Amino acid sequence: MKFAIALFAPPQAPSSRRALRFAEAVLAGGHEIVRLFFYQDAVQHASAALVCAQDETDIAAQWIRFIQDNQLDSVVCIAAALRRGVLDAGEAQRHGGRPAVVEQPQWALSGLGQLHEAAQLADRLICFGGP
Amino acid sequence: MAKSLLLICRQSPWAGPPAREALDIALAGGAFELPLALLFLDDGVFQLVADQNPSALEQKDLQANLRALPLFGVDQLYVCQRSLAERGLNADSLVLPAHPLDEAGLRALIAEHDQSVTL
Repeated sequence: MKFAIALFAPPQAPSSRRALRFAEAVLAGGHEIVRLFFYQDAVQHASAALVCAQDETDIAAQWIRFIQDNQLDSVVCIAAALRRGVLDAGEAQRHGGRPAVVEQPQWALSGLGQLHEAAQLADRLICFGGP
Repeated sequence: MAKSLLLICRQSPWAGPPAREALDIALAGGAFELPLALLFLDDGVFQLVADQNPSALEQKDLQANLRALPLFGVDQLYVCQRSLAERGLNADSLVLPAHPLDEAGLRALIAEHDQSVTL
């Protein structure tokens, strides 16, 4: 089965961990993830500037390893990201030389059309971190 | 055939970006001519209240986005009857013609859509 996974909460939220464990289970079960879509506060997952306390589980780092290891299509909503200071090099330059915090190449800053496209391609759209 | 999406809006219009960002999903879907409906639930019903004064909070008027929905082909609008009643609101005085639904209506609406997003 093809899954699209949307996440709305930051990596510090319990729903981020749940989404990650769900995504891991999807692949372990032999299913496919067509896209991960990070919206609202979940755009923070793309920030390389997050620091996790040493005695806490670094879910953001686990997400990055999971995405890299499995070569997953990972899209961050560009409008939500700009609003929260999550800029890649291109956007940082476009907006007057602000600091860029999106460093790993696996993150694509793109529009909400990517969420709709993923929902259309997938058999199931699974959302984490809503109200 | 395209999958249908039900967007469930639960955020008050003054609580920061979430309400606007939920509507943006609808507007983006409408631009792609996807079949989608909006349900205003819980504090989300406050988005539909007339005569608001967002400038007092130095906020942009969310209702400009709401009014754009029909222009984007999004005209299936629903509102939870109970959420309105709990907040002393009336379905007749809303800024958009949202169809009020009781509990059975909510269940049917959710069941008849392929996917849903709650924000």
